[in-house]
Amino acid sequence: MGKLYDKLMEDYRLKEGLNACINCGTCTAICPAAEFYKYDPRRIVDMVQSGDDSVIEELLKSETIWYCGECMSCVTRCPRKNAAGLIIMALRNLSIETGLFMESEKGRQMYILAKDLNHNVLNYGYCVYPRNFPYEGHPEAGPVWEWEHAHLDDVFERLGANLDGDGPGAMRKIPAENLEQLKRIYDITGATERLEKIKQAGLKKAAELGLTEEEYIQKLYTEGTKMHLNHC
Amino acid sequence: MIYEGKQKIWSEYQKEIPDDHYFYVRSCIRQSFFPASERTLLDIARNKLGKDIFETEHHTTCGGIAYHSDTIPQETVMTIIARQFALMAKNGYENYVCSCITSFGLYCETLETWREFPALQEKIADNLWKSCKLEFAKPKFLVHASDLVFKYRNQIAAKGKYKLVNIKTGEPLRVVEHIGCHYSKMFPSKGVGGAEYPYVLVGMVEAWGGKIIDYPERRHCCGFGFRQYLIKSNRSYSLSNTHKKFESMAPFEPDMIITNCPGCPYFLDRWQYVIAESQGKTYGKDGRGIPVFTYEEVAGLVMGYDPWDLGLQTHQVPVEPLLDKIGIPYDPAKKYLGKDGKDIGKPIQPSCLK
Ligand code: SF4
Ligand code: SF4
Repeated sequence: MGKLYDKLMEDYRLKEGLNACINCGTCTAICPAAEFYKYDPRRIVDMVQSGDDSVIEELLKSETIWYCGECMSCVTRCPRKNAAGLIIMALRNLSIETGLFMESEKGRQMYILAKDLNHNVLNYGYCVYPRNFPYEGHPEAGPVWEWEHAHLDDVFERLGANLDGDGPGAMRKIPAENLEQLKRIYDITGATERLEKIKQAGLKKAAELGLTEEEYIQKLYTEGTKMHLNHC
Repeated sequence: MIYEGKQKIWSEYQKEIPDDHYFYVRSCIRQSFFPASERTLLDIARNKLGKDIFETEHHTTCGGIAYHSDTIPQETVMTIIARQFALMAKNGYENYVCSCITSFGLYCETLETWREFPALQEKIADNLWKSCKLEFAKPKFLVHASDLVFKYRNQIAAKGKYKLVNIKTGEPLRVVEHIGCHYSKMFPSKGVGGAEYPYVLVGMVEAWGGKIIDYPERRHCCGFGFRQYLIKSNRSYSLSNTHKKFESMAPFEPDMIITNCPGCPYFLDRWQYVIAESQGKTYGKDGRGIPVFTYEEVAGLVMGYDPWDLGLQTHQVPVEPLLDKIGIPYDPAKKYLGKDGKDIGKPIQPSCLK
């Protein structure tokens, strides 16, 4: 068993998510990602349980570990109580730790996710903040959201919410001292360090491509090759 | 599967849901897209049923979407969760109710991991003290807000003004129930009815007069997939999964869909619009969609709340055909008005989806 494998086994999600896999393929049969992506959780679980570092390194660099939707549908059905979804989370974690996430198109998307979601968490106290959910980036939200987003204060007031207001209620302003607590939690639990790592790796890549940060983000957000999909 | 068989499975997954005294924690997605649903739940529980449901402005996100998008370590999310639990204890509560399914799944997973690895729990307690000067605590009872409405379903029915029945034919409405994956797929024993045949929404629909319909992809994910929706170039994953569900349910001609997850009603509603716009295909009758509701909205409708107070105007699939079927009155002229009748314009009505 190699170093990467040992590192992986330190992850509680792997401790909980990997018992002996019997390669039955039930997880793949139920998996919504396997239906559309070139993705096979059975194979990934089997590769991990091989304990072979070169095989694990291949996974950490791959596109395939980024196809899972973390729905955990596989957990219910596995006859050996494995959790392919949790194993994927541990693999993604190690892929980021080792910097190997930058080797795949889907892995590089971490730049946007890390930046946007944690901007919301640390500045507003929410993972999703409606003012930062523009219709332009989300045309699928439909004309009703185009209208709602343009009149967010009025619609939220009409619905009895408390958008950016003091006191309790939906989408209230979370007090500054609580946001500071979240920041301290990020600092002492490794989140701040992780976000910085993802940021620096992305900015370096953008510079290599001769792109500004904004151009790099646009590229990551909109570009995708069809090689990921099953039927292509 | 025969009905008696399901009842046997449900009886094996009984979950203890205290009747009263809860610390309430909101959901980021619910607040962003269905803020009136949370208000309705609190109004029904507090003002109609006289329950004590406490909320503090100091709680935050659980960090679940950032975590399931793999941007923050497990230890981070566990410490944020410990902070939420500590606020519960600090305010004198031991029953914890959350509005979000992602949170609920994460809380279940976290409590289980702490139980298995006490040294990790100690580390998190230490993190919590260092970062927030709060004492570590765990809830005695952890429930999802849909568990609570399930618990109150018969009281809601008794006080109800309407039933999920077609007023013209007298037939029960045909209802599709969609359960958020993280409600019980990881820990079947933590959800009412388990993972294969969850009873939480079925129980509500039956108590309120409707009929649940079964269909092949009933347990299939709505397709949120965190990173698979949040990044535009991955979004076909999300659409394809919703499409699969609709293709599977359409032959069974549902009148409506009820959901218990904050994100699912958004996806099941909006992707119907995208499918209509891009493929010209609609899943209801005569170019209409299938209206999608949160369980709080359905409870509100049963209890006679004004549909526009429930926020049903913010859905993309029009809800009026369903209101007409039940016989719920509404004023079309008031649909898009702001507070006190303020004119705030109207959304464009897409011709592809009536
Ligand atoms: S369902 Fe479980 S035992 Fe079967 S292949 Fe998947 S992980 Fe292995
Ligand atoms: S958690 Fe991932 S591997 Fe498991 S069923 Fe969902 S998408 Fe597939």
